[in-house]
Amino acid sequence: MPKKVHETPMLDQLESGPWPSFVTGLKRLAQDNDMMADLLGQLEASYQDKKGYWKGGTIGVYGYGGGVIPRFTELKDANDKPRFPAAAEFHTLRVQPPAGMHYDTATLRKLCDIWEKHGSGLIALHGQSGDIMFQGATSERVQPAFDELNEAGFDLGGAGPALRTSMSCVGAARCEMSCFDEARALRAVINPNLDDMHRPALPYKFKFKFSGCPNDCVNSIQRSDFAVIGTWRDNIRIDEALARAWFAGHGMEQLVNDVVTRCPTKALSVKRAGTESKAAHVSAVRMSDDQVLEIDNHDCVRCMHCLNVMPGALLPGKDRGVTLLVGGKSVLKIGSTMGTVVVPFMKLETDADLERLGELARNVIDFFADNALEHERIGETIDRIGLANFLEGVGLPIDPNMIVEPRANPYVRTDGWDEEVAKWEERKRDAA
Amino acid sequence: MAAAHRAPIESGVPDPMPLMHPVMRKNYGKWVYHNHPKPGVLYHRAAGGDEIWTVKAGTQRQLDVHSIRKLCDIGDRYADGHLRFTARSNVEYMVADASKVDPLIEALSAAGFPVGGTANSVSMIAHTQGFLHCDIPGTDASGVVKALMDELYEEFVKCEMPNRVKLSTSCCEINCGGQADMAIIMQHTKPPKINHDLVANICERPAVVARCPVAAIRPALVNGKPSLEVDEKKCVCCGACYPPCPPMQINDPEHSKIAIWVGGKNANARGRPTFHKLVASGLPNNPPRWPEVAAAVRKILATYKADARPWERMVDWIERIGWPRFFEKTGLPFTKYHIDDWRGARRTLNASTHIRF
Ligand code: HEM
Ligand code: SF4
Ligand code: SF4
Repeated sequence: MPKKVHETPMLDQLESGPWPSFVTGLKRLAQDNDMMADLLGQLEASYQDKKGYWKGGTIGVYGYGGGVIPRFTELKDANDKPRFPAAAEFHTLRVQPPAGMHYDTATLRKLCDIWEKHGSGLIALHGQSGDIMFQGATSERVQPAFDELNEAGFDLGGAGPALRTSMSCVGAARCEMSCFDEARALRAVINPNLDDMHRPALPYKFKFKFSGCPNDCVNSIQRSDFAVIGTWRDNIRIDEALARAWFAGHGMEQLVNDVVTRCPTKALSVKRAGTESKAAHVSAVRMSDDQVLEIDNHDCVRCMHCLNVMPGALLPGKDRGVTLLVGGKSVLKIGSTMGTVVVPFMKLETDADLERLGELARNVIDFFADNALEHERIGETIDRIGLANFLEGVGLPIDPNMIVEPRANPYVRTDGWDEEVAKWEERKRDAA
Repeated sequence: MAAAHRAPIESGVPDPMPLMHPVMRKNYGKWVYHNHPKPGVLYHRAAGGDEIWTVKAGTQRQLDVHSIRKLCDIGDRYADGHLRFTARSNVEYMVADASKVDPLIEALSAAGFPVGGTANSVSMIAHTQGFLHCDIPGTDASGVVKALMDELYEEFVKCEMPNRVKLSTSCCEINCGGQADMAIIMQHTKPPKINHDLVANICERPAVVARCPVAAIRPALVNGKPSLEVDEKKCVCCGACYPPCPPMQINDPEHSKIAIWVGGKNANARGRPTFHKLVASGLPNNPPRWPEVAAAVRKILATYKADARPWERMVDWIERIGWPRFFEKTGLPFTKYHIDDWRGARRTLNASTHIRF
């Protein structure tokens, strides 16, 4: 016998309107799930009182120290009994999705069946870190739910001071801007480090994210401690037929206003056909019989704007790889910080390249584990010790691509100048 | 009597390849062109000539199994049995045959999933857990998003903005919802109210002291019990102390307000990535539909839509017209709270005579 459904006058107002209603979904679940019936009761109380009524605790699965978010109700009656007892325990399992969040329907149906059997039937696709969030299980059912999800090929994600679930863009699966195999790189970095995800022992959270190009569709630069973003070193590639088609449809006005003037480094110019530069680092696109769009690839910062406006006509070059940025995070404690460049370019094509990325990732995690203060993100550590010390700690060479501009104050002790110059000369020799 | 425990299989991130639409798998890394035939639909072509159409639709993100099965039914019937989700909880179906696009759109629309969210749309709002599952929320997440997406529905399905618009909501200042063109974030206005009877038992006091970004918390004896006290002149009401110490209640049904931030951009396109900036605050936390917040969001978006040039994201538009005109055009008041005084803030002051008249 399903439980009596509580009155929910405020939530009911979220059932109207054109956008799909989560309330309607919760109510549908409540028809045959007591936990969901009571969850609606507590949620309505939160709406009435403008207060949250959950507290944390410790719930986990055998063998792991994290990945489950425990929730116990704090909404009690005068006798200290939960007002909504069937939802008194409402734990979440964070589960790592397939990279790129691709599914076939059989897999999704299996996940639904498992969660209908053991939990509330409510699944978030997906959390902001990327997890499939299976929300609403009693303490008792967390383990059996995990066992079945795990047997189905899924594993818990991260929570607490741990390596967190990662995310990659759709990238190579369906995007011409993609400069590396995002899904493969994600799995090559995360899967060897699961111990740090499943047994939280880092100073605080640590997130990796993977975007195939500087459009950064998964927001790695702001939301991850370690961002891997695709880029290229050689010239922008050209498809003249598509460029001409674009120009025929859009005309000179849009070429100038929407493309040329929006280039952040003024790398673009419009030339009369025949007058374009023949230099090796220049891409010249014949837009029509008379007009050429010229790209100075040395000045181009790979911002993606012109490629976005003229899809297919301009494409990333062939000498592709990634830029690595470290230190992105949200507000706490020093204010939001973006990831900043620690490796301007590395190739990411062969197994050896992926291994090198894996080693570097491991180095940075180890440095974080050894040097960050408790509850400090790596961006804050870098803020505290300075980028140069961080680089030295993880064994990366300095590079002028890491700064927007050199220091504008003299407050620095420079008696090591000659040695530093010697290092620079040596690096230049090695690179040559 | 030790019960036999099943050891977990530490399989980590599943391989997406077997789950991916076969045309995507076959052309993995070989795409060369895309366009936007109509709102909610993307067309991609691979080097060898293979084509794929994507139909994108909004979901409620907090999905009951019945809704997920409905999405699966649509996938089985109209889209070769595959689907994927975007970082903003939109669902995407891929089909290798143009004639399958319209029936798919009809099926999604009939099932109540709005088709759109591509190109220059206001896409689904990245959001958090709120009252449903968070232990520290000042307001709800899913409800705010439902209320706002009802208001912004036309912009989701029509894709007529100057450029992409990404929104986020967060039910506390920690901002799990993230940076966005426009972010709607809880803003506390009063220091935490401390239940001194509970602090000693629940809170690890030195850890709580260390969390405060302005060193406003210190250990104290209150009514003979070890507790914590807050220097209310220093406190910036950020709520950082609340997660590690729930007796330091920061949420206040009346005084916790909602703020709006604009101009965040994570893409590197044109200018470097930017963080969103505070433009409005003091909006009431008014469930279940937050009408004051919705009105402010609509006003800012309408101003941007009318005034921005093609390809200008919110931040590009504001960089062109300048902040004074942003406040003028949106009708939002400019206050002393808009002037940053956190570390490094002088960088945000106008150290020039560049002034637009
Ligand atoms: C204590 C209570 C907290 C709760 C209940 C909570 C809940 C969540 C949840 C459910 C997500 C999405 C997770 C996923 O996709 O798996 C998330 C993401 C996030 N959380 Fe929290 N969070 C809390 C505290 C914090 C704190 C203290 C920070 C501070 C720095 C924080 C910053 C973030 C950020 C930035 C994200 C988005 C991450 C991304 O996009 O990768 N959260 N949070
Ligand atoms: S980040 Fe770049 S490669 Fe990845 S999906 Fe976005 S545009 Fe495509
Ligand atoms: S990709 Fe390069 S050339 Fe194109 S607009 Fe950006 S910086 Fe300019």
